[in-house]
Amino acid sequence: MRYLIIGNSAAAVNAVEAIRGVDKEGDITIVSDEEVLNYSRPLLSYYLGGRIAEDRLAFRDEAFYKKHKVDLILGKRATGLDTEKKRVTLADGQVLPYDRLLISVGGVPIVPPIEGLRDDTTGVFTFIQLREAKRLIDYIEQDSIQKAVVLGAGLIGLKAIEGLLERGVRVTVIELMDRILANTFDAEASSIIEERLTAHGCTVIKGDTIARVKTRGGKIRQLTLKSGKEIPTSLLIVAVGVRPNLELVKRTSVKTDRGIVVDEFMQTSVQAVYASGDCAQGLDFLSKENAVIAIWPVAARQGRVAGLNMSGVQTTYPGLFAMNSVQIMDVPTISFGMTTPPEGEGYEVLHRLDRAKSSYKKIVLRNDRVVGAILLNAVERAGVYGMLIREGIDVKEFKDQLLSDAFGLLVLPKEFRKHLVAGESFVA
Amino acid sequence: MKKRIIINEEYCMGCRLCEVYCVTQRSRSKDILKAYKGEYPRPVSGIVFEEKGPISFALQCRHCEEPPCVEACLTGALYVDAETGRVLHDRERCVGCWMCIMVCPFGVIKLDHDERVVASKCDLCIEAEEPACVVHCPNEAITVVEVKEKE
Repeated sequence: MRYLIIGNSAAAVNAVEAIRGVDKEGDITIVSDEEVLNYSRPLLSYYLGGRIAEDRLAFRDEAFYKKHKVDLILGKRATGLDTEKKRVTLADGQVLPYDRLLISVGGVPIVPPIEGLRDDTTGVFTFIQLREAKRLIDYIEQDSIQKAVVLGAGLIGLKAIEGLLERGVRVTVIELMDRILANTFDAEASSIIEERLTAHGCTVIKGDTIARVKTRGGKIRQLTLKSGKEIPTSLLIVAVGVRPNLELVKRTSVKTDRGIVVDEFMQTSVQAVYASGDCAQGLDFLSKENAVIAIWPVAARQGRVAGLNMSGVQTTYPGLFAMNSVQIMDVPTISFGMTTPPEGEGYEVLHRLDRAKSSYKKIVLRNDRVVGAILLNAVERAGVYGMLIREGIDVKEFKDQLLSDAFGLLVLPKEFRKHLVAGESFVA
Repeated sequence: MKKRIIINEEYCMGCRLCEVYCVTQRSRSKDILKAYKGEYPRPVSGIVFEEKGPISFALQCRHCEEPPCVEACLTGALYVDAETGRVLHDRERCVGCWMCIMVCPFGVIKLDHDERVVASKCDLCIEAEEPACVVHCPNEAITVVEVKEKE
């Protein structure tokens, strides 16, 4: 059996582990267009901020590939896919045949068209790839950059800001929505983080965006916002979002929607072709529809399920839901599922704010089941809320304890708790 | 053989000796007085203790067969020890992103506010013969069993 995996991040690595648990002999080949062994994208902000060195970016070491007998092809882009003949072509013309293919190529940063901005404008960066992060660091160091502008105050934008501030670069962030982190947080949580940003010297501009940029000698020099405000800068980081990378499946019969559509076995519409991670559109546990949920745990789980199915162990992907854990400006934050429910659709919201401690807990319920949560500066035991969502536990009897500091397994019905903690092989 | 801790809440008296001895075992000195009076910051216990009215129990990492914390770990700091099946945590690699806390259904991973804030969890007393909480539980509310490898 020849297994071919395109991409070398969370989904790919978990697929390899799953395949090798079943098939010790088959050939596994990984192709990545990046030169490095592997690295954890969420760690790039820690690297930018100087909290960790480059050698700490990898989440699996070289021995991993040896131990699992993986043939690694690095620094080469997969450009062609022929699902009839079952082969993938690389940019240099090399042809790789496969029996089972996993596409786990992740996402590509979105760069909206902005007047005056060109692909090759100097001083403009995205922030999801190591090579880009390295170019960014070089640029900051060589030009002794003191000030930067970040477009987009989502999670990637905020982590970039944090890294920049740690390097002593002053930051202005421009967000189109009326608050930061609008996709993950509610207004209260957003305002707590915004206060922290401002306290650290970050200027936050909301409800505005860049209308055009001025360059000099091909290098960015000044931004003009929609509001007319002008901001001189020689560094712009674009962090407005990421979309699934569909490049390889273009002009093939592999069905795509927003991402590559996969079934419960992580197989695409074409037999023997699987997809996982940020490029895939799999089951969303909460909406029961297919959705792209571009987070690490989803990539890891989908990769594992794909690997098992590819090696012949039929395994169903249970569907996960959106969740994020991000420490922002030293505030630990975790959010699950539906965080800002629409009015009048039967949702119930519990929340508790402690301004002095900057701690905030919010639980969203529907029909007495937890469907979402936000936790700021109060993350310990967060996973228990996640478990309540996944297990669909009726919380009517202990609703009043959900926000308590002492919240834990004790509030659960005894039989369920005993089953949970005694379970020989509890699998989330 | 893989060790696992079984807890039995009916036997728990709420004395919290498990926590006291867990902290002692995780201290540098392994001495109960020094651990509590001489070492700063005091080691974080690997136990989450829950109590309300007559019900109490001590909970520690379940060392899951397919640990969601290892799957979610961004850095590779959390891993399954191939020999013993224990879920272990490398503090040096940990950056404190709390992905593990987000996905642990038992809520047994804690924040350790040491020099850097990192995750902290039970390692089944890797340096000792038997887990300290098991040894020092006076009423067998915490016991250890050996489980056979799943084939």
